[in-house]
Amino acid sequence: MTETQSTAIAVTGLTKSFGNLYALRNLSFSLNKGEFLTIFGPNGAGKTTLIRILSTLTKASSGEIRIADFSFENDSEKIRRQIGVIAHQTFLYENLTAEENLRFYGRLYDVENLPKKIETLLSEVGLELRKKDFVRTFSRGMQQRLAIARAMLHEPSILLLDEPYTGLDQHASEMLTNWLKRLRSAEQTILMVTHDLEQGMELADRIAVLVKGKLVLNQAQQEIDPKKFRQTYYDLVEKDKR
Amino acid sequence: MIAKVGVLLWKDILSELRTKELIFSMLVFSLMVAVIFNFSFPPGSEFIKDASPGILWMTFIFAGLLGMNRSFVYEVDTGCLQGLMLAPMDRSVIYISKLLVNFIFIGTVELIVTPLFAIFFDFSIIDSLGPFLLMLFLSTLGFSVIGTLFSAIAVNTKTREVMLPILHFPVVIPIIICAVQATSAIFQGREWSEIWNWLKILIAFDIIFLILAILMFEYVIEE
Repeated sequence: MTETQSTAIAVTGLTKSFGNLYALRNLSFSLNKGEFLTIFGPNGAGKTTLIRILSTLTKASSGEIRIADFSFENDSEKIRRQIGVIAHQTFLYENLTAEENLRFYGRLYDVENLPKKIETLLSEVGLELRKKDFVRTFSRGMQQRLAIARAMLHEPSILLLDEPYTGLDQHASEMLTNWLKRLRSAEQTILMVTHDLEQGMELADRIAVLVKGKLVLNQAQQEIDPKKFRQTYYDLVEKDKR
Repeated sequence: MIAKVGVLLWKDILSELRTKELIFSMLVFSLMVAVIFNFSFPPGSEFIKDASPGILWMTFIFAGLLGMNRSFVYEVDTGCLQGLMLAPMDRSVIYISKLLVNFIFIGTVELIVTPLFAIFFDFSIIDSLGPFLLMLFLSTLGFSVIGTLFSAIAVNTKTREVMLPILHFPVVIPIIICAVQATSAIFQGREWSEIWNWLKILIAFDIIFLILAILMFEYVIEE
């Protein structure tokens, strides 16, 4: 396999500024197909901005990004077909039922064999008995499970996760972790940004730390001592504050 | 593209049929205005006949603003707009579907309210129903084209309820003038050529602003 074929995300010199405020500064990293990269960072580090740029919601100020070998400048619609996004907001409509929400998004993505796919996904996230219920009657955990089904509906090759654990109870968190483990075993490419060290460490193949828009660490998970990582992370964050 | 517009339209209409928030509030507002103006002037006065086209259009415009103000609020507050922007389609699809939703909702209210206004203000449109419906179609389209774009801008501001009328009114003035003048000509039974002159301006205005709005929408919703 050539380098291009095995690279799912390639970011070179990515910078994003809002006026004089720099959210991301000259960021460069790549993610191979089937890898799970967790990017940690404190509030305001630029994590969500990075996810928004990678998911084509926001334009970068400068730099080059390629996703699934598509260029951002010419192929943004093709890139959107390749990615699935799970954020703390679920993108679900409360006045539609679970099934209607999936049907709606499935049609936007031209998903083939949609009714069967909806049945399968609802069953996988444990909501098959609630498919006719309005989303407004769902708990936060159930809504997030449905959001996972929404994101997986078009079988994306890359998953972008923006603080997916926010607001989840213990049970829902475990369910999300198990789901992500399954996806990792299936060699799904995943990029997750979070400030939750335990959950991020447990799942990742590679760990990165983003502080004030700069990538200050980017290492394979095996190279990092989990017991010392908390202190390393705090040192990196504090060092940049000084 | 048409299929995607249809999917978005289905979602918005289904949500509205379940909540009835927009059409109900627009209808109640329009009826209240009709009743208030009906009791404000002596029955059968000449003034009310001259003023009725203006009253009719001010009612439609304020009722329409009530509805259009809400067109992107739910989407932005729940993050669903991001969900739509992530879909593999041209983002003008979002604009066109919202425009059609606003047009359908405002048009529905207009079709319900106009007969009531005809009773309250003693005018008849039966003899000139065709020109009246054409004028209603073109004016409502132009009004919705601009309103939908500005509601996407206003929704991201802190004072979004106030911002839409402030942005909308200065631009929509030519449509209001054409609509009121064409309605007045229809009510007074004037020649088709006079009505058509106003309608031609409306057609030109609708085409120009529709093209501009489609081109600008992607930049409006992106940060």
